[in-house]
Amino acid sequence: MTEHENGAPAQSTDLAHASSSGALTTRGALPERFENPGLPPHVYRAADVEPQAAKHAERQVATLFALSMVATLVFLVTYFAIPEESTFFFPGVGTINTLHVALGLSMGFSLFLIGIGAVHWAKTLMPDHEIVEERHLQRSTDEQRASAVNVVVEGGRSAQLDRRPLLKYTLGGALGLFALPFAFQLVGSLGPVTVGELKETIWDPEENDGKPIRLMRDPEMTPIKLSDVTQGSVFHVMPETLQKYLDEGRHVLEAKAKAAVILIRIDPDLIKVKKAKDWSVDGVVAYSKICTHVGCAVGLYEQTTHHLLCPCHQSTFDLTHDCAVIFGPAKRPLPQLKITVDDAGYLVAPEGFHEPVGPSFWERAR
Amino acid sequence: MSTINEERPADALRAHDAAARRDHEETRPLGGIAGWVDDRTGGTKGVSTLMKKVFPDHWSFMLGEIAMYSMIICLLTGVFLTFWFIPSMTQSPYDGSYVPLQGVMVSDAYRSTLDISFDIRGGLLIRQIHHWAALIFVVAVFCHMARVFFTGAFRKPREINWVFGTILSLLACIEGFAGYSLPDDLLSGTGIRAMNGFVQSIPVIGSYMAYFIFGGAFPGELIIPRLYSLHILLVPAALVGLFTAHILLVFLQKHTQYPGPGRTNNNVVGYPFMPVYIAKAGGFFFIVFGVIALISAVVSINPIWGYGPYDPSPITAGSQPDWYMGFADGALRLLPGFLEFVAFGFTFSMNIFPGSILLLPIMWTIIGIYPFVEKWVTGDDREHHLLDRPRNAPARTGIGVAGIVLYSVLFFAAGNDLMAIKLHLSINDITNTLRVLFFIGPPIAYWITKRICLSMQQYDRDKVLHGRETGTIWRHANGEFEEIHAPLTPRERWHLVQQEVQEPFVVTETTDAHGVANPVARKDQWRAKLSHFYFKDRVDPVTPAELEAAHHAHGPALATEPTETEAAETEASEPAIERH
Repeated sequence: MTEHENGAPAQSTDLAHASSSGALTTRGALPERFENPGLPPHVYRAADVEPQAAKHAERQVATLFALSMVATLVFLVTYFAIPEESTFFFPGVGTINTLHVALGLSMGFSLFLIGIGAVHWAKTLMPDHEIVEERHLQRSTDEQRASAVNVVVEGGRSAQLDRRPLLKYTLGGALGLFALPFAFQLVGSLGPVTVGELKETIWDPEENDGKPIRLMRDPEMTPIKLSDVTQGSVFHVMPETLQKYLDEGRHVLEAKAKAAVILIRIDPDLIKVKKAKDWSVDGVVAYSKICTHVGCAVGLYEQTTHHLLCPCHQSTFDLTHDCAVIFGPAKRPLPQLKITVDDAGYLVAPEGFHEPVGPSFWERAR
Repeated sequence: MSTINEERPADALRAHDAAARRDHEETRPLGGIAGWVDDRTGGTKGVSTLMKKVFPDHWSFMLGEIAMYSMIICLLTGVFLTFWFIPSMTQSPYDGSYVPLQGVMVSDAYRSTLDISFDIRGGLLIRQIHHWAALIFVVAVFCHMARVFFTGAFRKPREINWVFGTILSLLACIEGFAGYSLPDDLLSGTGIRAMNGFVQSIPVIGSYMAYFIFGGAFPGELIIPRLYSLHILLVPAALVGLFTAHILLVFLQKHTQYPGPGRTNNNVVGYPFMPVYIAKAGGFFFIVFGVIALISAVVSINPIWGYGPYDPSPITAGSQPDWYMGFADGALRLLPGFLEFVAFGFTFSMNIFPGSILLLPIMWTIIGIYPFVEKWVTGDDREHHLLDRPRNAPARTGIGVAGIVLYSVLFFAAGNDLMAIKLHLSINDITNTLRVLFFIGPPIAYWITKRICLSMQQYDRDKVLHGRETGTIWRHANGEFEEIHAPLTPRERWHLVQQEVQEPFVVTETTDAHGVANPVARKDQWRAKLSHFYFKDRVDPVTPAELEAAHHAHGPALATEPTETEAAETEASEPAIERH
């Protein structure tokens, strides 16, 4: 108890088992626990004692192997015999590619039958006497442990590690630092760090020499007249400025990934938010199609409820309330694109988006 | 020097040849190639030990085998696919043999996947086998993991292997995600789009990380080549390396076995590797391969030609990832949007970050450290080679089922749209229900599972004490009916009485002799509390004394216990073949 007086007891407090149920009143010579009765007597299989059964098993296994060979041959014949475009109709499933199914079935059976044959062989003819192997404690003996420690310590000592600390510390420093060039090369060269782009889209009038940008059908890239947009219709829209990217064939998808817009006409009286109404034309509204959650395309429009639904995680946006989130994991409304009609009667976006589109990121609100 | 032939000195150099040849003749049993190799490596010593290695038999041990084989199948078919797949995002119009897509702008990755599917004979079969094997690989890994967990096979000395297995299962999911993203089709592209959003949600470094990973703005032209090098080089190398260590440890530590007559903590009862397990395990490889090929022949998976090439603008309804990523997708669907907030001008996307980025490491860390937690609670430092029957570890089984329920809630949440469509329910109701279930499901599952385990143990006790029902009804002289119970043979009984039951710790000393609170005791009190949680409710196995007492209660007529020989006879009488 002297350690306790020091206030720092060296050992853990006693952990004892709660008094066991107390039912263990050993009566007479009965042991406290049942004893392991040992392995059950071996039961011989039919094939072990009857030559007839063994012969039968042998024939079964051989048949399975032979059938596998037949399946392999079928595969080879099929591979050369069936043309790629050949199909057949299977009731309830539809049209099926004959070559694929024939190759798959023959290959499947050629493998499967080998497996079944081998297992059947093992189960009927191979020895099934259970063998008992002893286990030993996993740990090495104390001597082995001591000698291992000794080898390491002696090795260090013979390398004069303890006598020459300068070597120890310089080696440690070198080993500690050598990975840095690799880390810098990787991190520094993985990608351009132009994250400011996240806030830009090609709807910015600067992309079009300051002129308003026409709304174009995606993927036809034809302009849209106000009169084309009938009540309840939905247009998938790209900006006129995308044409430049399409012509050059570069960065098309990067531009589309932020520029996708959905254009819908609803009853103007249904639009409850003044800004949304001001930015629309006769009930035609344009919103970013990129979900503010993780960036999927918000492609599902429910005409009766005027809800836009993202098929990835079911964020639901209310078109009548400036695309505010009414359900699901997204937080922010879809950004609206202000539209008007140009002199030729086509829908145009004069200002671009007023906020970054797509999923949130750290610097978004800066 | 007398042995040197004076006339032809050079012969002396070959003086040993004859002896060596003679030696070789004597070791005839190991001639040919085996002898040649052994001369140079001495490998024979290990081979005989290896060939005699005993493995215990149980169907549940095959779950890990299925995982191993489907991984090998993935490696084999994957090599085939690399011969034709082009990991490039360069766009050009499609001109292959699939008519509906002719003229559409597609990436090389998508085009080459279409070519594998339509223009290369048997290519579609290899692709389908690869995808099915990958799906089955992850299923098998999780089933194997559940088997190991519920039977307590992770206990000392196998904690390291549990950790290896945990990492393997995470790698399997990552490998799968990287793989199904490669064809650059609309569905997987949408998945990569979502991944881009996940990465962006990381506080502070998110936008930079996204630009690093994609090599610039999304989607760029680098993500497919980068995923490709992960998918065919880095992750498979890690998988194969860890898997080798995993299987080597199984060899080294010898396989665990279920308790049973003759099986103890100090032995392994089973069959030798040569020939039984070579045939059984080797045959099983062919069975797994064959079944996967048959599935691939008749059930189409990931028909990318139907989805079209990736384009950020269109989308398909019902966008779901492969099943093993479902739980993370579900977590994203359940997290409510209000968790996102802006503070000091910075955006904290707590509606995305926890479900997409944090969930995986947290979940796998909890799984990985479980053996160490349980060991701390039980204070058990012994080696365990006998498996627990899940009912005999009610708290552990309850925790496991609670974990499965938690996982399932997230998994089903990923299908909330499909459930809403197929079952004609409101998606909002389904999502809200799952949100509630996420919190109350696991505790309920724990409680129910634990109760079921305890009653099954109680049932085992009854069976030992009163024997098994024979279906024979006796009518006594006084008109009373009684069903006859046959006592169990010692071997039947052993299954039900072999387990050890741990009792909760109590802290006996919280203050020292002077009444000063012991700082160590506080830690122990925690431990005692957890120990209480684990072992407070328990059912002790029947002791010989209790059985004796039960026999007295029944009266002698029904209590005659079969002797060892009688028991052996009844057991052996069923196949009716005896040979000595």
